[in-house]
Amino acid sequence: MTDFVDSSPAAAHREPEPHDHVVPLPVYYAVFAALMVLTFVTVQAAHVDLGHPVVLGTKIPMNVIAALLIAFTKASLVVLFFMHVKYSARLIQLIVLGSLVWLALLLATLGDYASRGWLGNPGT
Amino acid sequence: MSAHATPGLQHHFRDHAQQKSAVGLGMWVFIAQEVMFFGGLFLTYAVYRSQYADVFALASHHLNTQLGAANTVVLILSSLTMALAVHAAALGKKQQTVLFLVLTLVLGGVFLGVKVVEYMEKFEHHLVPGPHFSGHALGLEGDRAGQAQIYFSLYFAMTGLHALHMIIGVPIILWIAWRAHAGEFRADYNSPVELVGLYWHFVDIIWIFLFPLLYLIS
Repeated sequence: MTDFVDSSPAAAHREPEPHDHVVPLPVYYAVFAALMVLTFVTVQAAHVDLGHPVVLGTKIPMNVIAALLIAFTKASLVVLFFMHVKYSARLIQLIVLGSLVWLALLLATLGDYASRGWLGNPGT
Repeated sequence: MSAHATPGLQHHFRDHAQQKSAVGLGMWVFIAQEVMFFGGLFLTYAVYRSQYADVFALASHHLNTQLGAANTVVLILSSLTMALAVHAAALGKKQQTVLFLVLTLVLGGVFLGVKVVEYMEKFEHHLVPGPHFSGHALGLEGDRAGQAQIYFSLYFAMTGLHALHMIIGVPIILWIAWRAHAGEFRADYNSPVELVGLYWHFVDIIWIFLFPLLYLIS
């Protein structure tokens, strides 16, 4: 269902919609299998040195980037399918997106730590 | 407007569809603030890990990766059983709903049991932050032992808060399973099952990030 709080008179007389998009069971099993594979991949990837390229004077630990990318992929699968966000109302999708934007803003304060050495200030 | 009572429908909602939209929205706003709640801890972790990368790697090697990976599998499996419980509830299948909720509880219990074993081990090796902390088990002393203590502070704060969420989830799932058993939910009214499902999946997602960040530092 896509309407949120539709209180128009027309809405009151409308036939009730089917409430749920019921996700077919094979989708759940496929998502579970993908999550298992990614868990295996993340454990294996931790044993391989993916290097530390230096960008703007900051060492980028590629292993952490890979681990976070895999975790983010897994989380997306859970959110989209187990939590039904793929089939949810737009407003709920907006809230999910909004929470990620706020989280990104919070994590962006890391830029402070990353950039402290750039000007060669004492005490960094 | 008809005045007859519909089971499960609060009087201030027009119909089940409207109620379902509203309670779903409420749950998602709650989850959004939970993201920020955990976000602060992840940020703190990122700051200290970038400062003390080598000690964090050393300290993380003390964690049992096998147990952590096994627990990851258990928790993801519990997410699957929860998804199946929500699926069964949406179809009005009472017995399946109860069965999958109970399975979810069992798997959650296994996860917490493994966590207890892991925590006990930290106590034995004096790796719990506080006056009895010692870097001895890690071969660290002085400043570097202090840095390891920061790692274990974060380890306990993050996994502890995660475990607390699970501990809070257990009685809620029990309650919902009981209500399902009592026949309270039908194909057109099953929001409580769906909402507790959202909560459980969120807790699963937190662990999906905690596992590589705490256990797999190379």
